[in-house]
Amino acid sequence: MADFQSSELLRFTTAGSVDDGKSTLIGRLLYDSKSIYQDQMEAVEKASARRGEEGVNLALLTDGLRSEREQGITIDVAYRYFSTPKRKFIIADTPGHIQYTRNMVTGASTANVALVIIDARTGVVEQTKRHAIIASLLQIPHLVVCINKMDLVDYAEETYDKIQHDFEKFAAKLDVKDVHFIPMSALLGDNVVNRSENMKWYQGQTLIHYLENVHIASDQNFIDVRFPVQYVIRPYNDEFHDYRGYAGRVAGGTLKVGDDVTLLPTGFKSKIKSIQGPAGEQKEAFPPQSVTILLEDDLDLSRGDMIVRPNNQPDVTQDVDLMICWFSSDKKLQVRGKYNLLHTTQDMRCVIKEIRYKLDINSLHRIEDDKEIGLNDIARITIRTTKPLFADAYRTNRNTGSVIIVDEGTNSTVAVGMII
Amino acid sequence: MDYHMNHLQELESESIFIMREVAAKFENPVLMFSGGKDSILMVHLAYKAFYPAKVPFTLLHIDTGHNFDETIRFRDELVQKTGAKLIVGSVDEAIKSGLVTEETGINASRNGLQTAVLLDELEKGKFDAALGGARRDEEKARAKERIFSHRDDFGQWDPKNQRPELWNLFNAKHKMGEHFRVFPISNWTELDVWQYIAMENVDLPSLYFAHERAVFERDGTLLADSVHIPKKPGEEVFMEMVRCRTIGDVTCTGVWRSNASTVEDIIDEIATTRMTERGGRTDDKRSETSMEDRKKQGYF
Ligand SMILES: Nc1nc2c(ncn2[C@@H]2O[C@H](COP(=O)(O)OP(=O)(O)OP(=O)(O)O)[C@@H](O)[C@H]2O)c(=O)[nH]1
Ligand SMILES: [Mg+2]
Repeated sequence: MADFQSSELLRFTTAGSVDDGKSTLIGRLLYDSKSIYQDQMEAVEKASARRGEEGVNLALLTDGLRSEREQGITIDVAYRYFSTPKRKFIIADTPGHIQYTRNMVTGASTANVALVIIDARTGVVEQTKRHAIIASLLQIPHLVVCINKMDLVDYAEETYDKIQHDFEKFAAKLDVKDVHFIPMSALLGDNVVNRSENMKWYQGQTLIHYLENVHIASDQNFIDVRFPVQYVIRPYNDEFHDYRGYAGRVAGGTLKVGDDVTLLPTGFKSKIKSIQGPAGEQKEAFPPQSVTILLEDDLDLSRGDMIVRPNNQPDVTQDVDLMICWFSSDKKLQVRGKYNLLHTTQDMRCVIKEIRYKLDINSLHRIEDDKEIGLNDIARITIRTTKPLFADAYRTNRNTGSVIIVDEGTNSTVAVGMII
Repeated sequence: MDYHMNHLQELESESIFIMREVAAKFENPVLMFSGGKDSILMVHLAYKAFYPAKVPFTLLHIDTGHNFDETIRFRDELVQKTGAKLIVGSVDEAIKSGLVTEETGINASRNGLQTAVLLDELEKGKFDAALGGARRDEEKARAKERIFSHRDDFGQWDPKNQRPELWNLFNAKHKMGEHFRVFPISNWTELDVWQYIAMENVDLPSLYFAHERAVFERDGTLLADSVHIPKKPGEEVFMEMVRCRTIGDVTCTGVWRSNASTVEDIIDEIATTRMTERGGRTDDKRSETSMEDRKKQGYF
């Protein structure tokens, strides 16, 4: 049983424009890695035949909703799971259609790797760029650009080279460090799990080889201690009479029994008395562990407060600069508008002070004279919150640098924000 | 020290985080308890999430009246052990009172009737969150659902209009009468569940392990012989070594030929099987989108 105890989890997402072959690629990856069960395959064969399709439509392995099957597009993220002897994978197959960008962001937010799929016939289009920008804003550490449908361009190396060049030119202006390119045919399986016989000119890795071997340095921050209090555990029984445990998920750094800590917002000081994990007492806790912390002193601490180290504290501020992606189709972002803001375990109100600029998706220029922010726009804004946030820049800590903005009238999530 | 979590610890941590979010964000949460391994796992995780305090969720069992006897016995023992409060919503009573109408015919099942009873119980108890043990790897509609899944005031799911769900920032805001379904073990696979059960020594009903049972075959699926399933002419009952991979209503839960009598055997069996866990569920086979259709109406 030792083998599964040490297996590593890799989360990846698909990205790219509508119909470029994302779902087909995931279907192919699952099929060729023998991760499809017989009854699933039979169901997909039947559904394909019912649609009058020639072969088996592998996209139906993820496009599971009725309307997706009717329209032949992906509408919302599908999560799929598979493993090889090397790793365990969680896949988020996301929609390419611009109308459903918010669902793409949903799938991408937790990914370590993004597969950006491009149709070799059309090359880099606006939606490819939008998704690449989102992947870079979300700081997904690795991008794999899958230049797909090579079967439709005679497996031509020049076509591949040109698209690679175009993408690199665009990506140079983005904050992405590790970009890989693979020519493939998701439909026929070239370079997905099996090496292509049709593209001898390509000497690089297959997709599965890449996914099994890419080095995923943890995207957690192990330096700056951040423990947002999620829930206070009070047993109210005789055995644990004075027990007061602060439950939460470590958002950054490592906490040890005996460490001096500072509590925010009060600034009170204490020491860690003990740490209770799912398997009992532990000496240390690190991200993303869920633990319960007990302090030496009896202090007032509740949900939304944060435990940090005295000499390493987040910004305690009510004025925050954000990069946002706007999700609402029926309402624009309102300057002076009031919204709910969720950040770590805090829930508060905020007001939009200023829209600094909107991003031009194609040129990546800052547009400062058109500040109307509507569906799928990416912008930089300044907000003021009703209570202080305990915040870090998103690039130093995803957990304490991310927010969502919620419409107070409809309760819908209207934007995602990364703290600058 | 090596700051590394294996995938089971990572899943466990995520599930505990989600359960604590539910306790913090809702007034009156309930945990839907079916008696199957996934809901037993949920209770196990909830116990860890709130230790040494009591689990702050009431358990809700929607009882079709068509159970394997052992399920109920196991449920009652678990309730006793954990000191949890249990509410039972009875399909039998709902039929008697006229809330729902019993299906008739050879393939009759009370599966669909559970929805009305579940929604009725949620409304009666004024529950604003219902925790479920559904997993995304089970079924293609479930693969699409959010962890915090919004339900309107009719209990309906709108798969075309789900809220974005970013990182671990769960938007649980809702109006009076609406509620959330929350799925803390969304990202676990069947194999993860069994590996975790092995690691933690979780106690399970013996139905999950190979045993000899009177069964018969219908449409390529083995079903347990039971007074609740009328047999068609020609359907012969025979004895077979079988086990359940899921436990639901007897009328729609297929049993599997298996000799796996320990958790380790089961892990080996699942690692090599070519059939999904719900492959034996006749309730999923009614149409191509039968799970989605039921979920839209408020099913688990
Ligand atoms: N010839 C060829 N066709 C492909 C290839 N990959 C995908 N297709 C076809 O392209 C069409 C769209 O494929 P999908 O996989 O549904 O595309 P998608 O990117 O998932 O689309 P959305 O999710 O709606 O954005 C289907 O008809 C596929 O069969 C390929 O490598 N070669
Ligand atoms: Mg798709």
